[in-house]
Amino acid sequence: MWKWLHPYANPEVSYHFTNKLLPWLSVLAAVFLSIGLVWALLFAPADYQQGHSFRIFYIHVPAASLSMGIYFAMAVAAFSSLVWQLKLADASAAAMAPVGASFTAIALITGAAWGKPMWGTWWIWDARLTSELILLFLYLGVIALHNAFEDKNLAGKAAGILTLVGVINIPIIKYSVDWWNTLHQGSTVSKLGKPSMSLDMLWPFIFCFIGFSLLVGVIICLRFRNEILARNSIRPWVRELVKNNSSQ
Amino acid sequence: MQFNSFSEFINMGGYGFYVWLSFGAAALILAFLLISSKAGHQKIITQIAKRKQREDKLRQAKALRKQQNKALNEVTE
Repeated sequence: MWKWLHPYANPEVSYHFTNKLLPWLSVLAAVFLSIGLVWALLFAPADYQQGHSFRIFYIHVPAASLSMGIYFAMAVAAFSSLVWQLKLADASAAAMAPVGASFTAIALITGAAWGKPMWGTWWIWDARLTSELILLFLYLGVIALHNAFEDKNLAGKAAGILTLVGVINIPIIKYSVDWWNTLHQGSTVSKLGKPSMSLDMLWPFIFCFIGFSLLVGVIICLRFRNEILARNSIRPWVRELVKNNSSQ
Repeated sequence: MQFNSFSEFINMGGYGFYVWLSFGAAALILAFLLISSKAGHQKIITQIAKRKQREDKLRQAKALRKQQNKALNEVTE
């Protein structure tokens, strides 16, 4: 496996691989998202209690679980950068942070817009909402640290340590609905065994979830590419690429 | 299809404001993120090209100065 993985530690190889991956990911993301969103908005049945406001679910839940998933991926990257000093891991962590922050913001905004009609309030300081807000601040801290140092290795180290300390927040978010009394409802989709949701509501969710995940992949690839170029700007292959690109 | 008319679709059973606020905010944030990430590529390439130009200019100026100094030394000798 190491033999197979090893070439991808080379920035040039990774850059071209990312470039090749991008069009495929983009097409798949567009297909899944358009099917999922049209299905969710037009064809999924309304909830018997929540009516059509339930359609917010199709953005809120994928955004919230991706906000945690991206954080976890960023923590794995930060760990491998700190332990094995993989420079590309730093670049990928820096690429993931703004994407994760955006999805956290989306989860919070859609949550507020769903909470107002259902709970009667935009915001409440309970466990689930507060821990998700802390996740947003963690992301913002990581982004700030990545940009705070001219030396990108130092920046990656500082941001990586904050990322690893912040991992403690992820299980807190995940289990907050079980550990504390909260207005937020428990999980419906990820219950082990069978989800407590009818299939004609579940299918559009699956499409939306895959679609948003692919979109995350697309945006992270785009940003990863930029990070590689910025961090290797004095390398001959980047100089060559710049020459060909700006003379077009 | 869950809706009989377009206005019914917009209304979302009275929850229109909240549903469209959610979908609109998500679309806006993601569109901004996608576009800025994509535009960043060209921006970085131009940045690097500019830096290279500056370095080339410095190198040229240095070489020129060296030449002039050499010529000057020859004259004074």
